[in-house]
Amino acid sequence: MPLDKLNNRIIYFDNAATSWPKPAGMMAAMINYNEMIGGSPGRSGHQRSLDAGRIILETREALAELFGCDDSLRIAFTKNATEALNIALSGILNPGDHVITSSMEHNSVMRPLRYLESQGVQLSVVSCSGDGRLNPADVLAAIQPQTRMLVVTHASNVTGTIHPIAELGEIARNHGILFCVDAAQTAGALPIQVDEMAIDLLAFSGHKSLFGPQGTGGLYVRKGTENQLRPLMMGGTGSRSEFEGQPDFMPDKYESGTPNTIGLAGLGAGVRFVLAEGVEAIRSKEEGLTARFLGGLAALPGVTVYGPPDAANRTAVVSFNVAGVSPSEAALELDERFGILCRPGLQCAPAAHRTIGTFSQGTIRFGFGYFNKDEEISLALAAIQSLAGGDTEK
Amino acid sequence: MEGQRYIVFLFPSVSYALKAEKILKAAGIAHKLIPVPRHISSDCGVCVRITEDKQQDVEREFLGKVGWDKVVLL
Repeated sequence: MPLDKLNNRIIYFDNAATSWPKPAGMMAAMINYNEMIGGSPGRSGHQRSLDAGRIILETREALAELFGCDDSLRIAFTKNATEALNIALSGILNPGDHVITSSMEHNSVMRPLRYLESQGVQLSVVSCSGDGRLNPADVLAAIQPQTRMLVVTHASNVTGTIHPIAELGEIARNHGILFCVDAAQTAGALPIQVDEMAIDLLAFSGHKSLFGPQGTGGLYVRKGTENQLRPLMMGGTGSRSEFEGQPDFMPDKYESGTPNTIGLAGLGAGVRFVLAEGVEAIRSKEEGLTARFLGGLAALPGVTVYGPPDAANRTAVVSFNVAGVSPSEAALELDERFGILCRPGLQCAPAAHRTIGTFSQGTIRFGFGYFNKDEEISLALAAIQSLAGGDTEK
Repeated sequence: MEGQRYIVFLFPSVSYALKAEKILKAAGIAHKLIPVPRHISSDCGVCVRITEDKQQDVEREFLGKVGWDKVVLL
């Protein structure tokens, strides 16, 4: 089979950055909003405004169902997981508070925490193993009397390593510590149940495994937690308009300004697609693709794979390096010769790369998605073999 | 419905009113979303209007699902 770009087709392996393609219903929902509704939700009482509000409500309800949250109004929408994490971290932590995180975090957690550290918040970064695993006993040992929050990613965006969220949640709850989870890589891809996992704050991205458009994300806030959570932005909410003080209730407290209604229409369709397919079925498909790829890589000389050896312990993300080829060179060649789109470098997670020993060169990262096929994995393996020198027809 | 008296449920925001609407639709209870009457509140949002005789049924449906600020007789 010819390896070079087959009829200009691309193989999209950058789903960990943003998913593509999206389910057909996503764009249809956005077009429907724009052509048939178009109103500003939560403002005015006219029918188009109310219809816009109903679309947003249905998106909230679908997410609440997905996350096992009994009240959809506990979810505030943001423009991405980063904004949600910034609300959660800056909104809770004060100078003198202590916060614990892992050494596998994305900069969406690390940068706000490093800033807060400069303002007097005490930060403990618990070291993970070389394959990115976080030992709950190490988290337990880091707890201090003034520890206010434990914030961890559900799964690493570099190695896919899945953190033991339920176990960590139990530790946090038993010690009266708020538990904040970065689900950017896992919402829609792995089961998440906010009550069973004792999650107080869940930040999620809408445009990855939830199949929404870019510009969508959100923050789940456990009942009562909003009382200690400052908003990042304040402004018009369409509610309590007679008062100049910010509303103190969910979700308005964190949703100032006109929302991304068209994006949230698309996100709603994406989440309903996930619910219809089932997270278990999506996980099973992605785990199968990942296992197939890991199995193939293991047979290739000159290829180093990072993260847990078993697909069961990671999301559909695989970081690897090819001896003698830099990640950026490899990515360029994969793109230009084979139409394989991936993400090289540090993936905005320098701490994770220090943990797995790949700082500062980084890795080649493949992020598989629900719409990838076994055939694409086979083509990619042949392409990597070619990069590694196992194929002379360069 | 002539002679029937109406009450309105006022909510913290439109998000709550729309969730209440969804609950009432599912429960099959007649209702209407209307702008909050100026004499009740200067808020620019909407409220849920029902007939007075349905107040207890509606409160039972809302309990634990959606919070409301107050109930006002029109």
